Amino acid sequence: MTEPSVPIGGQIPVEQGASAAPSVAPPGLTDATVEAGLEIKVRSQWDYARRRFLRHRLAMAGLIGLIILFGAGIFANYIAPYSFEQIDLNNILSPPTFAHNHFFGTDEIGRDYFSRVIYGIRTSEEVGVFVAVLSTFIGLVLGAIAGFYGGWIDNLLMRFTDLVLTLPFLAILLTAAALLGEGSQWRVSFILAVLFWTGTARVVRGIFLSLREKEYVEAAKAAGAGDMRIMFRHILPNTLGPVVVSGTLAVATAILIEAALSFLGFGIKPPTPSLGVLVAGGETNPQQWWLTVFPGLTIVLIVLCVNFVGDGLRDALDPTQRRVRA
Amino acid sequence: MLTYITRRILYSIPVLILSTFLSFVFISYAGNPTALLRQNPHFSAVTLRLMIHQQHLDKPVVVRYWYWVESVFTQKLGVSLQTFQPIWPDLVRTGGHTLQVIVISEVLALILGVAVGIFSAIRQYSFFDYTFTTISFLGFAMPTFWLALLLQILFVDIYLKWNVRIFYTSGLNNPGKGAWSIDRLQHIALPVMTLCIISFALYSRYMRASMLDVINTDYVRTARAKGMSEWHVIMRHVFRNALIPIATIAALNFGALLGGAIVTETVFSLDGIGYYFIQKLQNLDLYAVMGYLLITAIAIIVFNLIADILYGYLDPRIRYD
Repeated sequence: MTEPSVPIGGQIPVEQGASAAPSVAPPGLTDATVEAGLEIKVRSQWDYARRRFLRHRLAMAGLIGLIILFGAGIFANYIAPYSFEQIDLNNILSPPTFAHNHFFGTDEIGRDYFSRVIYGIRTSEEVGVFVAVLSTFIGLVLGAIAGFYGGWIDNLLMRFTDLVLTLPFLAILLTAAALLGEGSQWRVSFILAVLFWTGTARVVRGIFLSLREKEYVEAAKAAGAGDMRIMFRHILPNTLGPVVVSGTLAVATAILIEAALSFLGFGIKPPTPSLGVLVAGGETNPQQWWLTVFPGLTIVLIVLCVNFVGDGLRDALDPTQRRVRA
Repeated sequence: MLTYITRRILYSIPVLILSTFLSFVFISYAGNPTALLRQNPHFSAVTLRLMIHQQHLDKPVVVRYWYWVESVFTQKLGVSLQTFQPIWPDLVRTGGHTLQVIVISEVLALILGVAVGIFSAIRQYSFFDYTFTTISFLGFAMPTFWLALLLQILFVDIYLKWNVRIFYTSGLNNPGKGAWSIDRLQHIALPVMTLCIISFALYSRYMRASMLDVINTDYVRTARAKGMSEWHVIMRHVFRNALIPIATIAALNFGALLGGAIVTETVFSLDGIGYYFIQKLQNLDLYAVMGYLLITAIAIIVFNLIADILYGYLDPRIRYD
């Protein structure tokens, strides 16, 4: 099935002149113009977005930082000098030292904190990414349905998001974690995702509400496209910018909240190493500053990097502000 | 306006019922609610059965919820299953402590945040601006409990090294000292500092953005064009309009904090309402936890309403029907 004159999925159709940018040669680019050196390079919206992102210095720094930190988490088995529960009885509560590769020191039973922090990063990134993906997916689907069909589905959804917004968030989370907790990171991530999706749903719903009346949707309808096709092929790509940004920032929020839950003893429980649990381990030994400082600093670094990347994405994907001359 | 407020209040009633019911079911199924009673060594088998019956723990959850709703109105939230003390006085006492801490920290954060936000906006991209932008980014990225722990470690170290007691790192009072004494200030200084830094990051950032929005409007250009001094332009035209969004954000933030800065209070073992909640939740003390959730949900709903009313009042372009 073909639809003429509608933007192709995967693009952000915005201002005129820059919208349709397919991979085939655009009209007007004949052999004659090429020979005369009048060729213009065709860039899609994604090209513009990528260029804007690559020029955003903080975002690039954040991205590199994230790659290093998350890479360390993924390859924890190869990088960490010890396993996360290996006990070194000769070096109990040792301060940070290069002597035995205890870069971040050891705790009261001689476990190497550098290794534990690296395994903790792995847990945190699993939680962050899982929550972001699941909540974004739920938010996208429900927001799309609510915005497109309106009616009682829309009403129900909006009342539910109101409900979530007017509740004491941390208290509800703690209560849910007390019920479903069990200390596994997947359970915790699931609880977080179930409470996280409402933000995305609201954004998606708003965009769907405004776009479903547009001419190009009407055109698609006239061409015989079904509801599903219009929703997911014609309108959904327009929501990708804000959704990618909120999804990225959700990674940071999820990591922060998971750490707080675990710290309070309602999230991930030992022996699974999580950064929040590690900071809590530091609380019991206030004289050994390294047990508190390093895991916490790692959380700060991860969240900082994610926030920078998120800001860069917002600047890059929000086509209303084009600062890069291209 | 009155109809608007009435409608909002009426509308929040089903929200409250639904949210309390869900929490009630959650906590009831989180563990055996009779376990707390069984732990009590003073109870014989007969008293135990009597207690379980008195507290309606032998009824199905839905019936039990109904009894709880009744107890909210007739017995001021009922009694704790752990201590058999009435819940309401505990909530009032701990809530008072929380209120003291968050009022001080929020007022400080607002004053500092607004001042820094103004200067950052006037001198955009200056050294001052960059410094505080960095600080607020750090503030956003920092887990509250970590910041609290760092402050705690710092002041414990100071005490142990030089034997000077500047601030206490846990608790609320030394014996025999009151709620408005230097001793109390020394105790709550660190929790206040923690909350203040986190809130400051938020307010200064919003104030800066809001100032920049207003500075670029037409009426500010007009004010400058007619020859007003820069001081007057900033203070009369920009500053006052830039405050509008801050007022609503502050109201929302305050409502959320009334539920207790759970993490901060826990780290400093401060006898606040959030710490009370955490302890009761750890024991799955059903009625105490429900009392807390009800009070904080009401606080959040009220402050959301205040934020909306404030917004309509400060910005006459917004109309509520």
